[in-house]
Amino acid sequence: MTEALPIVEMRDISIEFPGVKALDGVDFRLFQGEVHALMGENGAGKSTLIKALTGVYRIDGGSIVVAGQERQFNGTADAQHAGISTVYQEVNLVTNLTIGENVMLGHEVRGTFGVNWKATHAAATEALARLGLGHLDTHKPLSTLSIAMQQLVAISRAMAIKAKVLILDEPTSSLDAAEVEGLFRVMRTLRDEGVAILFVSHFLDQVYAISDRITILRNGRYEGEYLARELDRHALISTMIGKDLNVLSSLGGNRRVEERDYAAEEPLLAAKGIGRRGSIEPTDLDIHPGEVVGFAGLLGSGRTELARLLYGADRLDEGSITLRGEHVDIKNPGDGLGRRIAFSTENRRDEGIIGDLTIRENMILAVQAERGWARPMSRKEQDEIVDRYVSALNVRPADPNRLIKNLSGGNQQKVLLGRWLATKPDLLILDEPTRGIDVGAKAEIQEAVARLAEDGVSVVFISSELEEVVRLSERIVVLKDHQKIGEIVNGPDVTAQQVVDVIAAHGVDAAARSGIIDAEDDAHPTASTDDGQLPELTEEHS
Amino acid sequence: MTALQSPRLEPQVEASPHSRLWERVKRVVASNPSVLPTAAAIVIFIGMVIYGEVAYGRIVQYNTLSNLLINNAHLIILAVAMTFVILTGGIDLSVGSVIALSSVAGVMLSNAGWNPWVVIVLMILIGTAFGLASGILIQYFNVQPFIATLAMMFLGRGLASLLSTRPERLADDSPILWLGEQLKVIDGEKVNDVVITPGVIIAVLVVIVAFFVLHRTRTGRTVYAIGGSESSSSLMGLAVPRTKVLVYVISGTLAGVSAVVYTSRLGIAQNITGIGWELDAIAATVIGGTLLTGGYGYVLGSVVGALVLGLMNVLITRDGGIPPEMTTIITGGILLVFVLLQRLVLMRRRT
Amino acid sequence: MSTAARSTWLHDLVRKPFFWGVVAIIALLLLNVMKDPTYLAISVNPDNGNLVGNLVDILRASAPILMIAVGMSLVIATGGIDLSVGSVMAVSGAVAMVFMKDAGQSGSLGVALGAIGLALAVSAVLGVVNGVLVAYIGLQPFISTLIMMLAGRGIAKVITEGQNTSATNDPFRWLANGFVVGLPVVFLLALAIVGLVGLVVRRSALGLMIEAIGINPKASRMAGIRPSGLLLTVYVLSAVLAGIAGIMSVGTVMTVDVSRTGYQMELDAILAVVIGGTSLSGGKFSIGGAVVGALLIATLDKTVVFLGVSSSATPAFKAIVIVVLCLLQSDRVRGWFVQRRKPPKERPVPNAVAAREEVSA
Repeated sequence: MTEALPIVEMRDISIEFPGVKALDGVDFRLFQGEVHALMGENGAGKSTLIKALTGVYRIDGGSIVVAGQERQFNGTADAQHAGISTVYQEVNLVTNLTIGENVMLGHEVRGTFGVNWKATHAAATEALARLGLGHLDTHKPLSTLSIAMQQLVAISRAMAIKAKVLILDEPTSSLDAAEVEGLFRVMRTLRDEGVAILFVSHFLDQVYAISDRITILRNGRYEGEYLARELDRHALISTMIGKDLNVLSSLGGNRRVEERDYAAEEPLLAAKGIGRRGSIEPTDLDIHPGEVVGFAGLLGSGRTELARLLYGADRLDEGSITLRGEHVDIKNPGDGLGRRIAFSTENRRDEGIIGDLTIRENMILAVQAERGWARPMSRKEQDEIVDRYVSALNVRPADPNRLIKNLSGGNQQKVLLGRWLATKPDLLILDEPTRGIDVGAKAEIQEAVARLAEDGVSVVFISSELEEVVRLSERIVVLKDHQKIGEIVNGPDVTAQQVVDVIAAHGVDAAARSGIIDAEDDAHPTASTDDGQLPELTEEHS
Repeated sequence: MTALQSPRLEPQVEASPHSRLWERVKRVVASNPSVLPTAAAIVIFIGMVIYGEVAYGRIVQYNTLSNLLINNAHLIILAVAMTFVILTGGIDLSVGSVIALSSVAGVMLSNAGWNPWVVIVLMILIGTAFGLASGILIQYFNVQPFIATLAMMFLGRGLASLLSTRPERLADDSPILWLGEQLKVIDGEKVNDVVITPGVIIAVLVVIVAFFVLHRTRTGRTVYAIGGSESSSSLMGLAVPRTKVLVYVISGTLAGVSAVVYTSRLGIAQNITGIGWELDAIAATVIGGTLLTGGYGYVLGSVVGALVLGLMNVLITRDGGIPPEMTTIITGGILLVFVLLQRLVLMRRRT
Repeated sequence: MSTAARSTWLHDLVRKPFFWGVVAIIALLLLNVMKDPTYLAISVNPDNGNLVGNLVDILRASAPILMIAVGMSLVIATGGIDLSVGSVMAVSGAVAMVFMKDAGQSGSLGVALGAIGLALAVSAVLGVVNGVLVAYIGLQPFISTLIMMLAGRGIAKVITEGQNTSATNDPFRWLANGFVVGLPVVFLLALAIVGLVGLVVRRSALGLMIEAIGINPKASRMAGIRPSGLLLTVYVLSAVLAGIAGIMSVGTVMTVDVSRTGYQMELDAILAVVIGGTSLSGGKFSIGGAVVGALLIATLDKTVVFLGVSSSATPAFKAIVIVVLCLLQSDRVRGWFVQRRKPPKERPVPNAVAAREEVSA
């Protein structure tokens, strides 16, 4: 767009964490007066890049140039000083203080007798008014506002401290359509005032509705920078997901396509209208014995949230679950486990492994938890479980007395899989079991899933790699924007592309309906989707 | 402005329920429910005063109330100090033993002929040093606050015992005693006078300065912000590390000041002085409406909390039927009740 | 070959968390021997065949510390703390003494057992209060047990009406001062109890689950562990062990001093646990380490007296040791020792959310 120098230019950025190269030679630039979307699946390095730019992480290689000056940020305060402000998904304000204070914290107007509250609140009101929030009573506690409003207050704060670069990290994930629209209006206003906005979102239609330019990352690498209007959705999704899955296509035989009379057969689990405020809309779901059900959808679509409800990791707000024909109330993971449901989390480090325990201890933990502490497993029982799954899943190193934290991600994942298999579940929920692990381990885990289904275990398989979902699942539940948008019964002619189409098309429909893509409001020509694409996509969908 | 709401509340209890003032108070409380616990503390205090007056008499009179202030000046200072720490979500368990060390050291130095002013400064600096050590352990070495200050608690007590295990008496002519001297302000009939000591004045000054710092400086607002969410405060670019160390330094320093005030009143210091005072200070703070998990609270509430505890002691003495050993149990019980109430409110708020 | 084997053996030993505790005990004993070459001598009392000597005294003195150290190590492993152990000791001692004083009958075993039973029951009740507050109400452990620490001493005073209370009861006294096969009963008893606790904890899955909760509470929950009952058990166990420690400690002099019995014993318990290599932030614990820690503290106490250093200095010294060990456990100091590696990238005040997100990256 502009030939001016970018206000932010990150060149060849590398950041390494123990064992992981989180960013590998990534380039990124941001111009004044543009909304620039940063896209990529989980683990692509988006948040790492943002944290490098905001001074939360130090970079190992490359350079950051802000407004023509090379910078080494030593903390958030430094970055803020350079005019870079960030608004995070989990609003980073303090709810115990007032709205006005949150806007002005650290920048309060001071007079002879310390902070001049009158002037401070006036300044806060002024900053809020810039975003059309002048009506808010700045003396009220922030906690009286909805998350969406808090989000806008956070942006006002950034403006009050005269940010030139505004980073919005998944600001829309907990907002409804009208709130998103409000946010976008504010973003457009700021952009037109010359603020450079870096926008991260998992909602494709939102990205297309607001962005001028898109940079895609994958696996910590830079995949390219595109003008939003020149990049179609399919290209975007496939660049994000990547095509390195060809290696695995030899496993295509794993797909079980069974003629099932869904109506006649009693499902193992039947969920009616289960939902939880802010994470998943009420959803119906049936899972049949020995069936592999794939949850397809991008990150933030509600795929994980839905699975957590089934296991009791989160409590449901509404709806009911029937298991083997019996109504059940699953209050916590212990309950889920006791009902022969197992859940392997996507968050391996925080919710999966117990780092300082050994492979053996990690593997037997769920079985032991179900028995209670007073009935310990004998060494023999432990060995049986450990031997079986260490060899069946090919855990390396095969020494069960190693601490799990010293294993590679793939092997940790296999140990966790062993933990859940050892509980002999009727329903096994695998949330991203293959993320961040090498191709070999991936194949082994996929094989294990296929074998389980043959043995009559129902499996819920969640993965951002659609090919994988399509390859393994008998039925695919498609989720988007915290709700189930469709179900596809798998067959030889179903491809990942079709799932992508459903996701992409639904977005456009929904966005059009909810008015996110509002042609009249669209002051900026490059900000919205290319109209020409719309009919084509809807066609494919139907 | 919100900062000033808690003092504004005080008239609530005295005002006739239908007055306009009452309406205003109601509006303030409605817009900022966090002042409610502090208001409750004031109600409790006044309730106790009325109960005491009815049951035992001679409570609402000059000398009783003056003595309440004089005898609890040190606790008021401690409660103010604890408020800073608890507001950030931390805790300081070392205040009681810092007082022991500081006062024993102070009395011994004074008796050794040191200049009293130098002694007083040193007494305060001992507290500062302990607070600094706790703060550094907590902020830069990631030691949990209660562990770090617990270690300081044992260290302080140990060093005090090392200095002396006997009561150390301040020389009768020591100028430090002047700080505990009673000054008649209003000469009432018989002994019913309004009396204050320089110690009380110091306590009042501490309260005023603390109020100013918490409500009228950026540092003070950062204290509240850290209690609301430390990671958010960090991401907002506030000076979190510095402020966190600072609250422990403030707490230690004020423990030193409290030691000066206490010693000047009693004229005696001993290594077992101040056992359990951390509980009193925490209780005063919590009764006064400060949330133990941080973020909410008022320094004036803590003052009321300290007075509630002080008045409780007076009532227990007057009653005569309650063994004095019960005092810590009652204090602990009250603290527990308030903490449970806070927990309840928090759980309610979440759902 | 043999040197290689020996060096790995040595390497393993040095890596044991309580290795330095053992070294410290030996060093202290050597110090004593330097002052008095006969320090380690153990003689047999010709009258009754009991062993007499400084080492025997150390073992006897270590008994109550062993009790509370073991309880504390379990509590700390869950990520909590029990500041009330010293006060529970006082309460337990007070209950026992008052009971025996009121009962009279100085020779009655029944009275002694009644006193012990009642003391332990009261201790258990205090433990239940701690446990319920922590496990079911969700209060921070330090605040629940701090209240109990200060109120507990008040309870002890109420029980004895503020007086130091003495009683005479021979079986009770024997427990603390008697000998069996030449060794002090109290030490053998302590050893047996530690062995029993160790057996229960390690043979059942209690130890594994305690560690799991302490290391990663979220993941433990996701693995199906229900923490409330476990936490309650641990706090009750800690209180009962403290109750036993109280009985041991009042039994020696057959007097409870409500303000001195168990005073600052939580310091000893925490110190023993830290010396034993258990991290104060929870997780892996070592009962053997706690035993070494307790023995070291008993040795230290005796050494200080023996060398004629003012014993009032020991608490300060212990506190400094705790601070130093805390520092050694902190990431920052560890970072200094592995300076060859690159400095940590994450800031010292990590945003929990940020840190979590990153590893998935």
